[in-house]
Amino acid sequence: MSTRLSKGGRLIDRARPMAFTFNGKPMRGFAGDSLAAALLANGQVLMGRSFKYHRPRGVVASGAEEPNALVNLGRNARQEPDQRVTTTELFDGLEASSQNHWPSLNFDIGALNNTFSKMLPAGFYYKTFMFPKIAWKHVFEPVIRQAAGLGTAAKEADPDRYEQAYAYCDVLVAGGGIAGLAAALAEAKAGKRVIVMEQNAFWGGRAPVDGGTIAGLAPQAWIDATLVELAGYANVRLMTRTMVAGLHNHGYAICYERVADHTPGDGRPRHRLWRVRAGVTVAATGAIERPLAFAGNDVPGVMLASAVRDYIVNWAVSPGDRVVIVTNNDDAYRTALAVLDAGLTVEAIVDARDRAAGDLPQALRARGVRVLEGRGVAGVLGHKSVTHVQICAQAGEGGVTETLECDCVAMSGGWSPVVHLFSHVGGKVVWDEAGAMFRPDADKAPTGPDGSVLARAVGAANGHLTLDAIAAEAGLTASVEPEAPLAPVWVMPAGASQALRFKAFLDYQNDVKVSDVELAAREGYTSVEHTKRYTTLGMASDQGKLSNINGLAILSDMLGQGIPTTGTTTFRPPYTPISFGSMTGEARGDLFQPMRRTAMQDWHEAKGYHWEPVGFWRRPYCYPRPNETHRDAVNREITNTRTNVGLLDASTLGKILVKGPDAGKFLDMMYTNMMSTLPVGKCRYGLMCNENGFLSDDGVVVRLTEDSWLCHTTSGGADRIHAHMEDWLQCEWWDWKVYTANLTEQYAQIAVVGPKARKVLEKLRGMDVSKEALPFMTWAEGTLAGFPVRVYRISFSGELSYEIAVPANMGAAFWAAVNAAGEEFGAMPYGTEALHVMRAEKGFIMIGDETDGTVIPQDLGLNWAISKKKADYLGKRAQERSFMVSKDRLQLVGLETLDGSVLPDGVYAVADGNNVYGQRNTQGRVTSTYYSPTLKKGIAMGLVVHGPDRMGEVLDFPADKGAVIKARIVDPCFYDKQGEKADV
Amino acid sequence: MSDAVSALNGRSHTGFATVADAGMTGMVQIRADLGSARLATALSARGLTVPAARQVVAGQGFSLAWMSPDELLLFCAYDRAAILAGDLGAEMGDEHALIVNVSDMRSVFTITGAKGDEVLMKLCPLDLASLPAMEMRRTRAAQTGVALWRSGNEEITLICFRSVARYMLGLLEVASRRGGEIF
Repeated sequence: MSTRLSKGGRLIDRARPMAFTFNGKPMRGFAGDSLAAALLANGQVLMGRSFKYHRPRGVVASGAEEPNALVNLGRNARQEPDQRVTTTELFDGLEASSQNHWPSLNFDIGALNNTFSKMLPAGFYYKTFMFPKIAWKHVFEPVIRQAAGLGTAAKEADPDRYEQAYAYCDVLVAGGGIAGLAAALAEAKAGKRVIVMEQNAFWGGRAPVDGGTIAGLAPQAWIDATLVELAGYANVRLMTRTMVAGLHNHGYAICYERVADHTPGDGRPRHRLWRVRAGVTVAATGAIERPLAFAGNDVPGVMLASAVRDYIVNWAVSPGDRVVIVTNNDDAYRTALAVLDAGLTVEAIVDARDRAAGDLPQALRARGVRVLEGRGVAGVLGHKSVTHVQICAQAGEGGVTETLECDCVAMSGGWSPVVHLFSHVGGKVVWDEAGAMFRPDADKAPTGPDGSVLARAVGAANGHLTLDAIAAEAGLTASVEPEAPLAPVWVMPAGASQALRFKAFLDYQNDVKVSDVELAAREGYTSVEHTKRYTTLGMASDQGKLSNINGLAILSDMLGQGIPTTGTTTFRPPYTPISFGSMTGEARGDLFQPMRRTAMQDWHEAKGYHWEPVGFWRRPYCYPRPNETHRDAVNREITNTRTNVGLLDASTLGKILVKGPDAGKFLDMMYTNMMSTLPVGKCRYGLMCNENGFLSDDGVVVRLTEDSWLCHTTSGGADRIHAHMEDWLQCEWWDWKVYTANLTEQYAQIAVVGPKARKVLEKLRGMDVSKEALPFMTWAEGTLAGFPVRVYRISFSGELSYEIAVPANMGAAFWAAVNAAGEEFGAMPYGTEALHVMRAEKGFIMIGDETDGTVIPQDLGLNWAISKKKADYLGKRAQERSFMVSKDRLQLVGLETLDGSVLPDGVYAVADGNNVYGQRNTQGRVTSTYYSPTLKKGIAMGLVVHGPDRMGEVLDFPADKGAVIKARIVDPCFYDKQGEKADV
Repeated sequence: MSDAVSALNGRSHTGFATVADAGMTGMVQIRADLGSARLATALSARGLTVPAARQVVAGQGFSLAWMSPDELLLFCAYDRAAILAGDLGAEMGDEHALIVNVSDMRSVFTITGAKGDEVLMKLCPLDLASLPAMEMRRTRAAQTGVALWRSGNEEITLICFRSVARYMLGLLEVASRRGGEIF
């Protein structure tokens, strides 16, 4: 049973007690506690149930590598699953609950899985749920989804705030231990801009726990002095609670600052995601102790040796009164010293090595501790906590020689450098036989585009596992007890029987055992990456920090090859999970995307508009009145526009000014028709194709002056077409004298449309808008109601129509003035749907409806807008290819249902027979389809094989539920074929 | 003209820094050969010189920003921009240039206060610590394009397109909220 010690605890403040709950049970801790320390201090060894077998689990580590002790934190909107207790700082009022059990942590039905664990080996899902095929979707998947997962996510929106920040430095130091601080100081002295990030709330890493002296000082004294010195440098920034989560190309580091996890409700953002550009990243990320693979190594109370001494020294927590230490190295003896110094008992040190005669073992023997050489653990007894350890010969098969009573087992299988950051962006690691570990290969460090080194590792992360080696690398002196070499131990005992291998866990988080990896190897998995996926070794939130090396050592052994031959799995960011909130940052709610607003948007909103997205714009779709459906609103807007006058906010249309001596030549290349000959004062509809001949955009081009044109584009196409123009000007025709300016946002634009449009403008007064002064397809500048305007006589509806541009800052006032003036003529605003229907009634194509990137203007009967005189335009050559001139291409036609109904959008016209895939042959498709309130029936446009030659033919359009809609091929123009109404 | 209003009509917010719509500002886009003698003459008549790359120069109620190797942006009083654009165009004569009044297509913001940099550190991928006074950076703020420069003591001026003005103020408001100080 664990408990709080009466003395010590370098990180806790006993003067600041804190109350918290675990599964609703009130508990007490101190400021400076991790949740893990506080739970142990309250005797809570059992902290959760394992993922697959629901085995009872306790905390095994003391830091970021913890695989077992994951809890739900908070409740309701602030509930957060799978939080590591080891890295959760205690705060007053913290609420934690254990996961993955039902009905309770102590009694869990799911633990039945454990009883049948022999039936759930590696690859169980792949083997079991194969047949019948249909069962996966309807039986297996729902059941597995129900059973899988650890915690549960909150269902309400996250009430906390999160943000991101950018930083730049010459040197980013990841890790604030001895190696990191020493490296930071050296770089600071060299005048570099340095950022030091430490994932914990405290500086110094392991050194204050592990002991020794640096430059004659105790580790903590050296750390304090170095921090003071670093703080004196203006070019250094020191950050705690900030983890360098990932390193990417070009020295781009993603770093995760837990700003206010430990001070909830204080008004600060909870997390801040740092996006850092660093010249070089120094990985001073330390090392992680490895567990030993013996039977029962997952029983609560079995912990890493380093964690046991961390809990004692850092937080004055005893993990148990009677400790057995199991090791293959000298470092674990430091745990024995810490246990003894805390007044607790070391029952024995079980050392797998044949001889343990170094300074540390001798020091323990001198204090009366039994050291059992050449021994291993055959099994751990106890269910929810350790009661006994069975000892055996390490070289044997597990025959029990002795059983020791204890309540804590501290194990150490050696250490693995944290090579993640070094590896994230391509650094290679080498196998170090002496340390039985992978360490960074400085000759194969990750490099930037110029060949410079992006990351280097220092200290324990570089394989220097002792204080003197860490100091020597940094040019410091240090002294510490010498350590004898370790002996690699991958399975304990070496000849462990199958029964023991079946209980020896490698990956606690995924319940992967020695037997599972061996099974995978027997079944032919030779790649470490495949074995990972087959067995789930090293997956999930801990990403195998404890299990990877042990697992691949066992795989190597099975394959009869060396560990370096097997290699490691890929280290991928983030180092530990980071919150979705931090990734989202400010991009939520109103700031989710940059919604673009026209000058009239407030008016539209006040009117209660129904909108549709067009790019990042929200254009009015229609303006429904109270108790009016959207469909009815659209019909009313169309009828009113065709009988009286309608007003459209057309501000979103692209407006690109093109000017220069070569502007005419340039536009003749951009458009399929001739723009250079357009007289000043006139407007012309134009088509733009890409170099493959496909229709890309359309709009009205206006000749402003002798050397300047204004090109209107679609709303969604403005930026794209401007970039397209600049691309050709800058990359291909760089010597042509043409400048462009995207003036889309300079103007608010209003279409005044309908038979009474002229009356509205005349009432506004200021300029002559008569047919004589301003004929169809011309433009003029002047004033209306005192506003400076440019008026274009263009029409997309078939009605008398003026599009009026005013400076955007006057857009709202002008819109209000036009609405007021129009009132007596029945003016109403109309939205994009009315616009679309009126276009379709006229048979005008719509980019994105009739075009989909595979349609050329000739398909749409737009030959009249393609100049035959021009030597070239973008797309001309492509349109001469055999496939493009084929008579069998789909051609635009109008479609009229025989029963007057509206064809569904996108439906196909079927032809006789089936294709090679057994699908029904088709001969065309619907591209836009509407109910026309003007014609009082459904109208549609579509692309049909040989369409224009088949006027009057009736096609079959299969719709939902077996229905077949019959529609007749007709002319696409349904309304005012002579165009008399627009030209009045 | 009284009918003209900026997109946010002067709205502002004060957190640990003050962020504000700077109101209507005259802006004239100039695309030309920046080495042109005529351009130099036209600018010098207004107390201005062609700025070096990324620089903003000021003089006689104007400031002038380098936008790209063939583009400048001239800031002036809102009411003067249309005439100024016409005058400059005329002064360029038959020399190839595009000079146009763009006063309505952008919004101008100021970020003021000792911690103003921290607001923009959260939004712009930009090394603000090394940004000198009167040097313009064209970058982005979250998901939209902006340009900004240190326009005065503890003051940064930022411009973005008019249509995203409300988004921009939202970003600035959230980023300057008290409790979010970085240092």
